[in-house]
Amino acid sequence: MENLIGLLVLVPLLGAAVLLCGGRRLDRIGPWLGTLLAAASFVIGVVLFAGLLGRSADDRTLRVTVFQWVPVGGFRADIGFQLDQLSMTFVLLITGVGSLIHLYSIGYMAHDARPRRFFGYLNLFLAAMLLLVTANNYLLLYAGWEGVGLASYLLIGFWQHKPSAATAAKKAFLVNRVGDMGLSIAIMLLFTTFGTFAFQPVLAGADRTGEGRLTAIALLLLLAACGKSAQVPLQSWLGDAMEGPTPVSALIHAATMVTAGVYLITRSGPLFEGAPDAQLAVVTVGAVTLLFGAIVGCAKDDIKKALAGSTMSQIGYMVLAAGLGPIGYVFGIMHLVTHGFFKAGLFLGAGSVMHGMNDEVDMRRYGGLRKYMPVTFITFGLGYLAIIGFPGLSGFFSKDKIIEAAFAKGGTEGWILGGAALLGAAITAYYMTRVMLLTFFGEERWRKPPSPQEPSAEPAAHTGELPHPHESPKVMTIPMVVLALGSVLAGGLFSVNDAFVKWLEPVTGHSEGHSPVSAAAVTGATLAVLVLGVALAWAQYGRAPVPVVPPRGSVLTRLARRDLGQDDFNHVVLVRGGGQLTRGLVEIDHKLVDGLVHGTAVSVGGLSGLLRRLQNGYARSYAVSMFGGAAVLIAATLLMRAV
Amino acid sequence: MNPVNYLYLSALLFTIGGVGVLIRRNAIVVFMCVELMLNACNLAFVTFSRMHGNLDGQIFAFFTMMVAAAEVVIGLAIIVSVFRARRSASVDDASLLKL
Repeated sequence: MENLIGLLVLVPLLGAAVLLCGGRRLDRIGPWLGTLLAAASFVIGVVLFAGLLGRSADDRTLRVTVFQWVPVGGFRADIGFQLDQLSMTFVLLITGVGSLIHLYSIGYMAHDARPRRFFGYLNLFLAAMLLLVTANNYLLLYAGWEGVGLASYLLIGFWQHKPSAATAAKKAFLVNRVGDMGLSIAIMLLFTTFGTFAFQPVLAGADRTGEGRLTAIALLLLLAACGKSAQVPLQSWLGDAMEGPTPVSALIHAATMVTAGVYLITRSGPLFEGAPDAQLAVVTVGAVTLLFGAIVGCAKDDIKKALAGSTMSQIGYMVLAAGLGPIGYVFGIMHLVTHGFFKAGLFLGAGSVMHGMNDEVDMRRYGGLRKYMPVTFITFGLGYLAIIGFPGLSGFFSKDKIIEAAFAKGGTEGWILGGAALLGAAITAYYMTRVMLLTFFGEERWRKPPSPQEPSAEPAAHTGELPHPHESPKVMTIPMVVLALGSVLAGGLFSVNDAFVKWLEPVTGHSEGHSPVSAAAVTGATLAVLVLGVALAWAQYGRAPVPVVPPRGSVLTRLARRDLGQDDFNHVVLVRGGGQLTRGLVEIDHKLVDGLVHGTAVSVGGLSGLLRRLQNGYARSYAVSMFGGAAVLIAATLLMRAV
Repeated sequence: MNPVNYLYLSALLFTIGGVGVLIRRNAIVVFMCVELMLNACNLAFVTFSRMHGNLDGQIFAFFTMMVAAAEVVIGLAIIVSVFRARRSASVDDASLLKL
């Protein structure tokens, strides 16, 4: 059974190789082949899951070493896999949601010129992501980590003929590099500290290591997680990544890849538990990001960017939970899974809407679509209810638990974190209701022709004719229905008898915190802010007609439209600062380094010009130097003898 | 007679030869001065041989004479060919070998 783990990674990798190298022969069957292989890896995942379930709770870890990768002296890196409950959860999420999105893409990319390549990249992504979560050591995890970064780059820039997509891909790659740098330094530190990369000895040895060392490692891992999971301060790439095709946004930039940071933190749990300062940094990043993303999500008129802000915010919840330690890990992962369902569903719904609306993304040009796209409306609506935490749906169970765990952190910290999480829940309800109302309710604003003087209109999106909204084909709606079912049921199923907690407990550990606020009070408060957020959004966007041209808005709105100045900040501090720095370095290079080199050359030249005069061609003067030299030598010899 | 006096004579002859090499322009005279220096050395060798009571210095003097003979042959040949080319035996006229 252990050998199946290798196969799990190998199947999509094979798909990627075949699809990318196969040439045009495969153009017609390529999409189906890619989907089939994704489904095959899902089946393998289910078989492995059944195998794990068949074992006792403490014995649910499969380990296998395939071969030694780099054996050099004391340095050993193996290609080895480790499948435990945490990895298994990820494997099922990745292959399950991945297969559904492959299926959806068949419909979505039907009119694209290069679907074979698209599916090749998707398979490559699946392989890298599976490698990331099943690796048994940090170096192999790093390989997967870079692999998903590459796949993300290729897929964001899939429509590379659009300059905006090419730029967005480059931006995502560069910002991710910053995080990757953190991960690579952390891995080097791990090796110098523990002498190995493998999870087992590293995590077992964490409590015998100095706190300073652990803090350094944990902070670097956090940097890596920030890059991959779009957390403040490395969050700026996620909004632009929406330039990629919508299935990519659903799979990579909502459900799976961006959660790799949460996986990394949870997996490295013992390292973080040994470093309270780093844990504080983690919860701070999580709390700041969950508010940051939510605020950005409120102001965006682009449906995908609003959802991207929401993704950022929800991952903020997960990071917050992961930073809380054993009281939070389980709920962070649970929220990750439920989020995988409803956010992928929401993105697929958004893609379906765009599909029927001539690729229009501006929500102010939607409205009243529920009549035209009933399936999309219902599935999107269920995803919406799940994300805002409507009682009984997935988001309610997972998010509620995180808020509770945040309060249970105790002390002032607990109140601040819990308050931030509650506020986040209110804003989530607000912006998701806004998206819902703008898209599916209200008057049909897409009937108005776009006014020519409107500055915000994207020229590419408008072909001049009015869109004819229509429901998407079955191949697209079926995955949406399945994901919607997942969004509705997952949270409840996980919470029956605390099934999910019991499943993950052996890996992550679990401890009940003592919340200063009772669980019922937290639930009550969550529901209260939920109603508040929905009501506010309804008052603003449901009751009053929505202008097609966005109003100027308050200072906060305008700021949030600019992503709270994250790009401006990066531009001023990093781009311009970096420019200044490099110009300074160039100056130093020219003046100091080149000056030294040129100065040496000039002084040698001058000196030799002086020495040249000695060569006057007169034999007698040469004879003088010989005599003089001999005299000096003799004198020196005598002197040395005398001394 | 005290052999040290021969050493004084040798030093005197060497100095005369050295100064001659340095200050005279005529190549023949310079050449003769070189010979003088060599012979001053020979005198010193022989004197040391006598003082130390072994034959090493005398043997060395023979070597010096042989080298001097060879040197005279080559040196005079060079001087003659330089004189043919330049119509002058002055060492300062042959000063083309410079930068």
